[in-house]
Amino acid sequence: MVDSAEEPEYIIDVRGLVKKFGEKNALNGIDLKVRKGELFAFLGPNGAGKTTAVRAMSTLTGFDEGTIIIGGHDVVKEPKEAKYCIGVIQQHISLDKDLTVWENMMAHAMYQQLPKEERKKRIDELSEYIGLGEYYKSKVSSLSGGWQKRVAIVCALVHRPQLLFLDEPTVGLDIQARRGLWDLLRRLNDDGMTIFLTTHYIEEAESLCHHVCFIEKGKIIAEGTPEELASKVGKVTVEYFGPDRKTQYRYFGDKAEANAFVAGLGEEYNVTIRGTNLEDAFVEMTGNKIGDNGFMTVDGKKSSGSSMGGKH
Amino acid sequence: MSFFREVYSVAWADFRFLRHNIPNVMISSVMSPVLYMIAFGFCLNMTDIEVGDTTVPYLAFMIPGIIAMSSLTGSFSSTSTRMNVQRLYYRSFDEMMMCPLSNSSIVIGKAMLGMFRGLFSCMLMFLIGFALANDSIHLTPLFVVTLLCCTFTFSLLGETCALMVNSHAGMATFSSLVITPMTFLCGTFFNVANLPDWAQGVLYILPLTEASSCFRAAILDISSFPYPFWALGVIIAFGIAFFLIDMYLLKNRKV
Repeated sequence: MVDSAEEPEYIIDVRGLVKKFGEKNALNGIDLKVRKGELFAFLGPNGAGKTTAVRAMSTLTGFDEGTIIIGGHDVVKEPKEAKYCIGVIQQHISLDKDLTVWENMMAHAMYQQLPKEERKKRIDELSEYIGLGEYYKSKVSSLSGGWQKRVAIVCALVHRPQLLFLDEPTVGLDIQARRGLWDLLRRLNDDGMTIFLTTHYIEEAESLCHHVCFIEKGKIIAEGTPEELASKVGKVTVEYFGPDRKTQYRYFGDKAEANAFVAGLGEEYNVTIRGTNLEDAFVEMTGNKIGDNGFMTVDGKKSSGSSMGGKH
Repeated sequence: MSFFREVYSVAWADFRFLRHNIPNVMISSVMSPVLYMIAFGFCLNMTDIEVGDTTVPYLAFMIPGIIAMSSLTGSFSSTSTRMNVQRLYYRSFDEMMMCPLSNSSIVIGKAMLGMFRGLFSCMLMFLIGFALANDSIHLTPLFVVTLLCCTFTFSLLGETCALMVNSHAGMATFSSLVITPMTFLCGTFFNVANLPDWAQGVLYILPLTEASSCFRAAILDISSFPYPFWALGVIIAFGIAFFLIDMYLLKNRKV
């Protein structure tokens, strides 16, 4: 166990994490710290290394170099203790579809070594919290994706973990289910649980999380609050669409600078002035755009003149 | 105590699965052994066969072989199929791996379903055999010991296969290349002692040959055909080897 007096406020402490698949480095020396009680997002396109990092932190896969400390326990030296601290919701529904909702929950309670007298009470309590009680006897395979996700959440929370990992939690969910899940995560976080989620949805990270970390090609390229990250490229964004039929972006320190720039544009430009958001910051820092299909290169990034030089 | 509680936790979900599928389990456990019994035991009009210095009816000779075969197919297939589906399709095996369970309790716990299914299948065959040839068939303590060792070993083999193979097609290939030849060649329907030495050498590498010998000696209970304890030792050694391979695969996250 590491010295808890050293940095007691961190529930995740990752140093120099490297994971290789053959010759390819999926994670390239990641350093990461997450404070207790935070709602933390790992944001990056598909293939950036988000899932690999979560699998390593949740002890599901080994790694080649570095250390991972979860709740004060080294996941290599004390895997059992580290596992007691975490709950994990994987990207794909990973429930036993041959069993009922109740059986899945009970199996998890037993895997987590919950005392017999506590299991049923805890499952009932969580099911009521999440609204699952009426589906107890249903086979998991008969539920919609949104409800299956809720069952997975109960399974992950049954042992009262300090830290909940969610890997792309809203992929494949309709907008109502997605918003329902966001509310649930906020409630859990309000109740004191640390939440670590990976996502490639900018709005998910922006609206939910206290702290965001950009990851690309297995490297962390920036981290901070959504506001800090956005303001790194400039507080105000000018988005303009002109005769070359490409949307271009420039970032400015304040609205006066943005207005001065817009005044210099011709009338043929369609112009929008708005606050800089997380997507702008990500595009600016990486040169890539995140979309539902993952990783897309923005054409003509350089020609957009959108470098941070626009920020005065 | 904690170890046994963990084993029970792992096995519990599999037994719930079994409860939902009792008719399927019953039918699949009985069908092929009964068909073999009808085809080989009655339709082919095989002559009596010599065991030790005694001659026994072919049906009585074949029943222990069919029980050995059932212990392999019942235990192997139920463990490997369920684990393969959990690992590759439902991914619920990952969930278990992220819980604070020791690898040894996972390996032993996952073997319980196959072991139970093998025991059920073999006992059913024994009862059918007893009804058909009760003069020659005996329920002995060594039969029970052999049954427990074989079903456990073959269940662990099912785990090895499920952990190593990365597709459903791979499972089918393993069954075609390893399990099906074993069921026919390992002394289940004929006496391996009648084969040339080199063929015996090859067949005794496969644990089902030892299983057939043990079941035959335990069930027929003929004084001139003593129980081959060395063969039981080989079955247990195979079981230990499969257990260690399964532990290695889990520990090194090869799954």
